[in-house]
Amino acid sequence: MNDPTQRISELRSEAEAAIAEAPDTAALEELRVRYLGRKAELPNLLRGVAELPPEQRGIVGRTANEARKGLEALVGDRVAALEAAELDARLAADRVDVTLPGAPPQPVGRHHLLSSTRREIEDVFLGLGFSVMEGPEVDLVHYNFDALNHAETHPARNRSDTFYVADEAVLRTHTSPMQVRAMELYPPPLYIIVPGRVYRRDSDATHTPQFHQVEGLAVDEDVTLADLKGTLLAFARAVFGDERDVRLRPHFFPFTEPSVEVDVSCFNCTGGFMRDGSRCPLCKGEGWIEILGAGEVDPNVFEYVREHGYDPDRIQGFAFGMGIERIAFLKHGVPDLRMFFENDLRFLEQFG
Amino acid sequence: MRVPLEWLSEYADAGLPARELGERLTMTGTKLEAVHGPTISDEHFVVGKVLDAQRHPDADKLSVCQVDLGGRGTTEIVCGAPNVAAGQLVAVVEPGGVMPDGTKIKRAKLRGVVSNGMILSERELGLGDDHGGILVLDGDFAPGAALGDVLPLATEVLELEITPNRPDCLGVYGVAREVHATTGAELKPPPWADDPGSTGAVEGVEVRVEVPDLCPRFTARVFEEVRIGPSPPWLKARLTAAGMRPISNVVDITNYVMLLTGQPLHAFDLDRVAGQRLVVRGAREGETIDTLDGQTRTLEAGEIVIDDADGPTSLAGVMGGARSEVSDDTTRVLLEVASWHAPAIHRTSTRLGLRSEASGRFEKGLSTEQTMEAQAVATRLMVEVCGARLVPGTIDVDVGGAARAGGDDHKRLRPARVDRLLGMAVPRERERAILESLGFGVEDAGDDLAVRVPHFRRADVTREADLVEEVARIEGLDRLPATLPSRNGVAGRLTFEQRARRRAEDVLVGRGLHEVVGWSFTEPGVADRLRLPDDDPRRLFVPVENPMSEDHRVLRTTLLGSLLEIARHNLARGRSDLALFESGAIYLDAPPSADLATGATAVALRGRHDGLPTEVHALGGLLTGRVAPESWRGAGDARWDFFAAKSALGAVLDALRVEWDVRPPGHPFLHPGRAARVFSGDTELGWLGEVHPLVARAWELDGTVAAFELDLGLVIANAPQEIPFTAFATFPPVLRDLAVVRPADVAAAQIVAVAAERADAVEVFDVYGDSLAMHLAFRAPDRTLTDEEVDERMAAIVATLRERLEVEQRA
Ligand SMILES: [Zn+2]
Repeated sequence: MNDPTQRISELRSEAEAAIAEAPDTAALEELRVRYLGRKAELPNLLRGVAELPPEQRGIVGRTANEARKGLEALVGDRVAALEAAELDARLAADRVDVTLPGAPPQPVGRHHLLSSTRREIEDVFLGLGFSVMEGPEVDLVHYNFDALNHAETHPARNRSDTFYVADEAVLRTHTSPMQVRAMELYPPPLYIIVPGRVYRRDSDATHTPQFHQVEGLAVDEDVTLADLKGTLLAFARAVFGDERDVRLRPHFFPFTEPSVEVDVSCFNCTGGFMRDGSRCPLCKGEGWIEILGAGEVDPNVFEYVREHGYDPDRIQGFAFGMGIERIAFLKHGVPDLRMFFENDLRFLEQFG
Repeated sequence: MRVPLEWLSEYADAGLPARELGERLTMTGTKLEAVHGPTISDEHFVVGKVLDAQRHPDADKLSVCQVDLGGRGTTEIVCGAPNVAAGQLVAVVEPGGVMPDGTKIKRAKLRGVVSNGMILSERELGLGDDHGGILVLDGDFAPGAALGDVLPLATEVLELEITPNRPDCLGVYGVAREVHATTGAELKPPPWADDPGSTGAVEGVEVRVEVPDLCPRFTARVFEEVRIGPSPPWLKARLTAAGMRPISNVVDITNYVMLLTGQPLHAFDLDRVAGQRLVVRGAREGETIDTLDGQTRTLEAGEIVIDDADGPTSLAGVMGGARSEVSDDTTRVLLEVASWHAPAIHRTSTRLGLRSEASGRFEKGLSTEQTMEAQAVATRLMVEVCGARLVPGTIDVDVGGAARAGGDDHKRLRPARVDRLLGMAVPRERERAILESLGFGVEDAGDDLAVRVPHFRRADVTREADLVEEVARIEGLDRLPATLPSRNGVAGRLTFEQRARRRAEDVLVGRGLHEVVGWSFTEPGVADRLRLPDDDPRRLFVPVENPMSEDHRVLRTTLLGSLLEIARHNLARGRSDLALFESGAIYLDAPPSADLATGATAVALRGRHDGLPTEVHALGGLLTGRVAPESWRGAGDARWDFFAAKSALGAVLDALRVEWDVRPPGHPFLHPGRAARVFSGDTELGWLGEVHPLVARAWELDGTVAAFELDLGLVIANAPQEIPFTAFATFPPVLRDLAVVRPADVAAAQIVAVAAERADAVEVFDVYGDSLAMHLAFRAPDRTLTDEEVDERMAAIVATLRERLEVEQRA
């Protein structure tokens, strides 16, 4: 017998070459049996080490062992590589048309534009520290007019303007009745908004007999007209964009003093004019768009809730009321307010 | 309020273009609505002097005139007016001029003669209806002068929004005060500064006021030798520019003085005032008066009439009577200028639908002092314009005088209060200057200012806060800093109910439903179309006393009507797959405790406020057609029906963790076999079902329409707010299936309930005929159950099903 180590390295080289060329995992298994199986030569050599002369045992045993481990590792690597390649091939063949629709089909629902706008407004004021309250839509003349300092002759009281359900009960004409209701329920400091449905006897493209408002009321010992301006500036920027500015114009409302109307700078033009020099259709060339009425709460209103902690000499604050339809109209250019209540799917699908 | 700039500038001339002045006024509270262009706008309109007028050679009715235009030379104009004559001063438009109606004047040939422009009539200048002849100018004007300098026609007109608290600004002089305060322009003395009249009794005329509460002041002056006729052009021009139609000099003067002072006046033909006596009294219920618009008006008790010896002759403050109206042959005029109780005027004018310039001013509340201001201005004009002779004296029944003397027009203004309310400091001297510019009297009072309110602001400025507003608006709100409230630790948040409501809506949107917003209004016939029995609470409509239309005369008691209406709208537009929901109020004209014969309904009557109707926040859905577009994978064509709707409803209730179940029967508007009410324990939350085909047909809907409605407030009241942690089982469950055969009257829910007594989870996975199959899961918190233990429980379930329900395990 020749030098066994010589034979081992021959076997090793031969096996390494064969493994490298094995085309698939089946061929590899065959090679594994041939070179490393029970009856293969290398394991036999290893088992026969004990019969060798003592001086050869060490070197032959070590060499054979290294060869066996080396081949086993090689087979393992090669199996992994081949399996990965075979998986790749299988996956590559397992191809779908990804452009087909998802299944099962998931229809998309939408919030009504009035709801999504209301939530947007609510969220802005929640962030500014206001809570949300709601109140009855059918309310007493007391809360809708009297406690809001409306003169006996105020035209809004007319049956031509306001829906009555009884002599002393109306469909509220604004969300403002909740000012006094809220102050009856909670002592100052009070920071609330009141979204809700309101009613006026008016019907054309820019008026519907029902519409929605958000009332705001901030009452404390030190809430100023400047605070109103800052609050509404934050609101205008959140809803209409960071570039917006607001301006307060003196006005008259029975339940605020001083009273103001609030304009937001037009987001459709620059100073009232479009890029082509034409007059802006949204703000009619004024550069400002009226968005709401507001003011410092009139002392006469506080008189109605004096015993609830609202002493007008000590307590002051602001109130405002805005139309949700108007905000939605301004943001989205809805051409006719009646569309809000027609609920045509072609309208509903566009928003929310 | 239309304010001609030319007229305004007579009292305060800011020297600003109309629009700029309007914008300044806007920022101090008098909002500019529009600027109306002048009637005549260019240099083509001039004064001409007719040198010669000859008959046209080929036309009888035309004259060929030589007209001197001063520095512009002499021109030839063909004129069709019969009254043209040499020597007249006339209004001429030369070729190139644009008429008020937009027509551009060109050189024209009339029957062979060239006409270089036109001689104008009143109507062509927008001054009246008189087209019979040309306007002859009365005055010493130079030919060639601009017509706009001679007649106030070239003025722009400011249209201003006057807020209801400022009736003083319903007069030109009041607006002039605002111009003065806003721009600093000098304010000229008021037109009533010199009163040509005198005080004392007026001979032969008597006035008695029986209702001093309703008529705090009544003044009258008498004019004789009045010559009724057209007003002079300047007066017509101002009235026209201010938006009023010239009628005749006396009537025009009353209107002109009202426009200037804000105080309405009324002229009687004194010879038609029976007995030369006027009595102001309260009307008797049902009595009638013929007003000067030719109508007979029936009065109500408490309204104010003015009698003469023959009975009612004027409806005070609202409209004069036909009997004493000034006419062409009037020669003696009694000029009434009175103060009326604002609410009484408001009530009468509203009730009779007679809203006039006068009533609109009276109902805002005018000061009693304004009466004599108007008398002074009117007196001068009556004399100057109508050639009248003033009878000495003034009738002045001034009950309000005592009240004025007793009242306190002094208010205190604390500068510190101004700063505290506005959040900006205004120097004390600036406050004083602002108030003085507005006509307030100001004196020092220690650290404060003692302010005297002028009579024309008495009704509006009654508190310190009102003075603060005056300071703020003139100082300029653009000076206000933008700050945020300190809030003192108050946090903003939604309530649990508000968050839960959002979640409920989001769940439905997530399942492909579109939210709708229906009308609160409906008509009571909807109850019949919904087949509601007579005693159903949904017939308790809240009636609207003054609806805008018959189909909006009550408030809805269920969302279903709105949803069916919206479904019809969309189906008519070809949309047959509809998944809609609404989250909104319904209204019941009943107290919450009403004993409702039909038993509890979802819309249980809750939340009534102070005798007001019950409002319920409801969540309703309407579902018809395909649940989803058909899939290319084939998995069937799912359509909305009872179970699909129940699935959507369940998604809401489960999202809110409400324990719920459904129990038949449904409601009369639902399919009797495919409907149920929704409960949480003993609380009825609402209903669910397929809409009865007859109901669907009433809304022109075919096929299966499923719907549901929940009292969302009640649902949320049954949802847990606080969720404590529950330890979850770590050992895997043992799974078993159980198939059973059931008698026809046993509900699936009963079988599931029995199984759930011993199984930890039950899932119905197959129903076929009378058999029903369930997946059951068994688990213990501390170990995996053995087969023997599970066998035991399964056997117990089978035994219980047999004993209690006669349900057998399927072989
Ligand atoms: Zn614009």
